[in-house]
Amino acid sequence: MKIIVCAKQVPDTNEVKIDPVKGTLIRDGVPSILNPDDANALEAALSLKDKNQEVNVAVLTMGPPQAKEMLRECLAMGADKAYLLSDRAFGGADTWATSTTIAAGIAKIGGADIIIAGRQAIDGDTAQVGPQVAQRLDIPVVTYVQDIEIKENNAVVKRQLEDGYELIKVKLPCLLTAVKELNTPRYMTISGIVDSYEKEITVWNHKDINLDPKDCGLNASPTQVFKSFTPPKKGKGKIFKGLPADITSKLLAELKENHLI
Amino acid sequence: MFLTKQHEMIRKLIRDFAEKELSSEILDEVEETGEFPKEIINKMAKLGFFGVKIPKKQGGSGADTRSYVLMIEEITKASGVASLYANSPNSLGGGPLLLSGNDEQIEKYLKPLINGDIVIAFGLTEPDAGSDAGSMTSTAVEDGDYYILNGRKTFITMAPMADYSIIYAKTTPEKRAKGITAFIVDMNLPGVSCGKNENKMGLKGCPTSDIILQDVRIHKKNILGEVDRGFINAMKTLDTGRIGVASQSIGLAQGALDEAIKFAKERKQFGKSISKFQGISFMLADMATKLEAAKNLTYKAAYLIDTGQNASKYASMAKYYAAEICNEICAKAIQIHGGYGYMKEYKVERMYRDARVFTIYEGTSQVQQMVIAGHLLK
Repeated sequence: MKIIVCAKQVPDTNEVKIDPVKGTLIRDGVPSILNPDDANALEAALSLKDKNQEVNVAVLTMGPPQAKEMLRECLAMGADKAYLLSDRAFGGADTWATSTTIAAGIAKIGGADIIIAGRQAIDGDTAQVGPQVAQRLDIPVVTYVQDIEIKENNAVVKRQLEDGYELIKVKLPCLLTAVKELNTPRYMTISGIVDSYEKEITVWNHKDINLDPKDCGLNASPTQVFKSFTPPKKGKGKIFKGLPADITSKLLAELKENHLI
Repeated sequence: MFLTKQHEMIRKLIRDFAEKELSSEILDEVEETGEFPKEIINKMAKLGFFGVKIPKKQGGSGADTRSYVLMIEEITKASGVASLYANSPNSLGGGPLLLSGNDEQIEKYLKPLINGDIVIAFGLTEPDAGSDAGSMTSTAVEDGDYYILNGRKTFITMAPMADYSIIYAKTTPEKRAKGITAFIVDMNLPGVSCGKNENKMGLKGCPTSDIILQDVRIHKKNILGEVDRGFINAMKTLDTGRIGVASQSIGLAQGALDEAIKFAKERKQFGKSISKFQGISFMLADMATKLEAAKNLTYKAAYLIDTGQNASKYASMAKYYAAEICNEICAKAIQIHGGYGYMKEYKVERMYRDARVFTIYEGTSQVQQMVIAGHLLK
C-alpha cells in the first residue's frame, strides 16, 4: 500500500510577527517547523506502516529549498521517501495554484492508495488545499478525520463534527485531512536522524511534473493577499467584584465618568 | 563551527523531548520521592538515547560524539538526574563493553543495555581508591574455570538497580595497576550485595551505593577483555566519560543562566527591573561568556574524537573548565535570585546542588589539571 503525506514547512506562529508598515510576515529569525496538523497526518501514515510493513510512506511538499530540512525530519520520524516541489515558478501560489502543483507531484509519483494531509496550515488557516488536491485527482475526500481504519479496499474514518462525529466508509484511493485529535505525533529517533542524511530527497521543478509556468505560482493564483495586519490590541477588561447592587452602581459610575454613557 | 545541520536536528529532538517529558511537576516529584519515572527511561531508550555514538552494528544509533554531547547537554539543561540515566549506557555502562567486549558479550549485555532492558553499573572506585584507582584492594583469585572475587566498591551509580556490574579487581596484585582485570558480574550471584542507598546532596532520583563482593564465583567467560588489562579499559572508559561530564556541565549551566536571565528581567527593586543594574547585568555577561567558552571547548574535544584525533588533553580541559564554570554560574544564578534562590521552589536551588559533583566525579578538577599539565610537560 502506498501512502502520500502532504506536508508544509511553516513559520512557528508562536514567534511570528507582522510588519505593521509593509503588512507582510516578518520571517527573519523565526524558526520553521513541520505544520502541526501535517505531523498528525504523517503519524497516521506511520501508524498504518507499524501495523503493516508493506505500507510505503512518502512525504510531499512544495516550497523553497530550505523545506528539505522539514522533509528530513519526516524521514527521521520514519517516512520512506521525500519529495520537494521547488521552482521559482511555484512562488506566490494561492491555494488554487498550490493544489494544481501538489496534484501534479502526486501524479508524477504515480498516485497513492491513500493521501493524507493536515487539516490546515497554521500560517494561512485556509483548509482548502487538501480538498482541492482531491478534486484535481478526481478521488473522494474526507476532511477533519479523527480516526482511520483500513478495511480491504476501503477506509473507515471518523469525521470530526462540533458535537460528535460521522462514521464514513470511503473507497480507496482517497484523500483524508487530519485533525490533531487523530493521534500524538511521534518523536524523531537518533538513528532515524542519522539515516535521514543517507536518504536522498527528490527535488522536482515545473518541467519534471509537466506543468506549464502559466498554470502555477502567482500567475495561476486568482486570490492574492492584499494586506496582513495584527488587529490593534484592546485594553485589558476590568472586573468588578461584589454584590450585584454594589457593582452595578460602580459600573454605572465608571461608564459615566469615562463619558461612555 | 563544530556542529552540522544533522547535529542541530539531534539538538531539536532532545530539546523537544526534554520540554515535553521533563516538566517541572515531574522533576519536583522526583526530587521529593527519590524515584525517577520508569516510563521516561523507557522512552529515552526507544528513541535511541542510550546508544547515541555506539555503532549500528553493535545495536546503537550510529551517530557521533558531538551528537552524544548535544543529547547530554539538552537533557541536563532540563534535569541533572535525567542526564545520569541518559548518559550511563553511553558512557560508564556501555563503554567498557564497547571497548573490550567479544561478540557474545556485545550480544548478551551491550544490546539489551542500549534497548533499556538491563542496567549495568561501573564498579571501579573503592573506599581507599578514588583518583588513585590503581591502589584498589579488590581481588580476583583463579580457581579452575572461575575467579573468586572479594572486595568493596564505593559510590557506584545505579548499583541498587543494576542487573550487572563491571567490576575491576586485582588478578596479579604485585603488578599494581597492570594486574587489574575487568569482570562482568551478575548482581544476583551469591556473595554480591549492595550497601545502603547514599543520601546525596544532589542528583536525587538515581540511587548510589556500595557493591560488596564476598567470595563471588565468576566464570572465565565473563572476563571483559584480557586478564591484567582491565585498568586500560577503565581509563579509556573514563576518557570518554570526561566529555560526558563536560556536556552535563554546559547543559546545566545553560539552564541556570536561562533561569537567571528570566528572573533578572521580572524582579523589580528600587522601582526598576534588577537587570537594569550593572551589578546584575555584568554578572550575566560573565556567565554567558564563560559558558560559551566551555561549550566550544567541549564541542572541540568531541570534534577531535569524531575526526580520529587525540582528544585526551581537550577532553580534560573541557571537563575541568566546564565543571568549574558550571558551579560558578549556578552560584551566581542563586545570587541573582537573592533569597528566592535559596528556596526549593526555584529551579536554581536544585541546579546548584546537582552541579556540585561535576568537579568531583569521573576525575576531579585536580586530576584533570594533572592530565593537562602532563600533556604540556611531556
